[in-house]
Amino acid sequence: MELKDLYRDVILDHNRQPRNFGRLDPADAEADGHNPLCGDRLTLSLRLAGDTIADIRFEGKGCAISTASASLMTEAVKGRDRAAVHELFGRVHALLTQTQAPADESLGKLAALSGVREFPSRVKCASLCWHTLNAALDQGGTISTEAGNESTSEEVP
Amino acid sequence: MSAIPLRAAGTGYDVERVRRDFPILSRTVHGKPLVYLDSAASAQRPLAVIRAVEDYEMRSHANVHRGVHALSQEATAAFEGARERVRRFLNARSTREIIFTRGTTEAINLVAQSWGRAQLRAGDEILITALEHHANIVPWQMVRDATGCSLVVAPIDTSGELIMEEFHRLLSPRTRLVAVAHVSNALGTILPVAEIIAAAHARRVPVLVDGAQAVAHTRVDVQALGADFYAFSGHKLYGPTGIGVLYGRQELLSEMPPWQGGGDMILNVTFERTTYNELPYKFEAGTPNMSGAVGLGAAIDYVESLGLDAMAAHEHGLLEAATAALGAIPGLTLIGTAKRKAAVVSFVMDHIHPHDLGTILDAEGVAVRTGHHCAQPVMDFFLIPATARASFGCYNTLAEVQQLVAAVRHAQEVFG
Repeated sequence: MELKDLYRDVILDHNRQPRNFGRLDPADAEADGHNPLCGDRLTLSLRLAGDTIADIRFEGKGCAISTASASLMTEAVKGRDRAAVHELFGRVHALLTQTQAPADESLGKLAALSGVREFPSRVKCASLCWHTLNAALDQGGTISTEAGNESTSEEVP
Repeated sequence: MSAIPLRAAGTGYDVERVRRDFPILSRTVHGKPLVYLDSAASAQRPLAVIRAVEDYEMRSHANVHRGVHALSQEATAAFEGARERVRRFLNARSTREIIFTRGTTEAINLVAQSWGRAQLRAGDEILITALEHHANIVPWQMVRDATGCSLVVAPIDTSGELIMEEFHRLLSPRTRLVAVAHVSNALGTILPVAEIIAAAHARRVPVLVDGAQAVAHTRVDVQALGADFYAFSGHKLYGPTGIGVLYGRQELLSEMPPWQGGGDMILNVTFERTTYNELPYKFEAGTPNMSGAVGLGAAIDYVESLGLDAMAAHEHGLLEAATAALGAIPGLTLIGTAKRKAAVVSFVMDHIHPHDLGTILDAEGVAVRTGHHCAQPVMDFFLIPATARASFGCYNTLAEVQQLVAAVRHAQEVFG
């Protein structure tokens, strides 16, 4: 367990200066994410062009892992359609939870989150934004990491 | 950091000897010596408690109050011996007033479901404080929803102290019960329970005290205090989990209906009617946690062998050192600065979320609690989602306070 694997420069940078921070108004889709165990909250707002995410913003308060993960996610999903976002979430989820997962070069900057898998108590911090994005693309609303909500279980989606 | 003396002067309390009583303290975490600063969540067990539980399991276990055989009698003697030990610890009048529960939470739920449902009506009020743990909020909300009574909350000030003028103002002719923490788990504030009880009794209102955070740090005499109900957990007193105590005044307990039905709480059962057992068994349905009770008895023996006053003085030294050293760190804000506090330091840091701080401290071997501490209304009052909380027990040292401070400074370097 190496702390520097968790708090990599990319993570610290995106925590200090989150990208795409704020709110789109009007937005085509919105969702709130909440982790009641640590108090993390974030709101995602999206503009869609057909099935594609044309623009995305997030705002909220959370730990460095949840803030950086949301920031990195907004960069990664812009311009992708639902199917591509779903596929990407699958690969990010494997990165966060599977200790034996091989390096996935195609993940780009998102690969900086790989250190999270050595810290099981922090996986939910990193995945909260992705579950929230799923909810926004689905029908909006609020998701919670502790609500017994199927969409938030740490199974591979 | 040089301001922290390595040894408290002139107390005669040998913390190194105390540490040798706790086997877990010699282990390492992530390759570093364990610095355990989470005793408010659960205290570690001394060898005397571990051995007492082991001895019971290996030599004396059988069901209690049942058989005529030797083991059942030994188990019963051990279990009832633990009850007498608790009675002396609290200075209750009678063992009839000592009910074993799973912990503080179950003890409060017992009073809420039994006394509360029988006594409370629409228009009645339960008065609590803004410092309460969820375990002293949610059971009353459940009773409120079942009976139509109201829950009234006495506010705190920005130091984390109960505003007594507000408490006196909110104590009204409609108040039927006051339920307060003795010590706040999130902030460490010691509440003026004697003054609270005197004010409530002047209006003939009974008082329940949540003593979960108090019993390991202060002497509790339920008769001197005048508490009508007093609840605590074994595992915060260096005893096992799954065992706790509800003390209740006999006059109140006698009138209360049972809240769970089953074995041990009955005298006679037919399909037509059941005669309930006498106190305290009326409230102990089912086979109880005997080994837990034995462990709790051993834990009480242990803390009394150290001396609660000596322990409290030692911990107060740690509290003062930690408060001074952490308070001097730029970008760190102490949450909860009441004049009278147990050895709990809650804090937040600029630009470092408590969750990240907890992970970085853990990597240094320093165990603190991070989160809302099951007291979300306290967090909401201070407009924060969470804090980091260091809590000190009888085995902590000034060197560990220094390690905490060094780890916090390291976190600041990581987050540069």
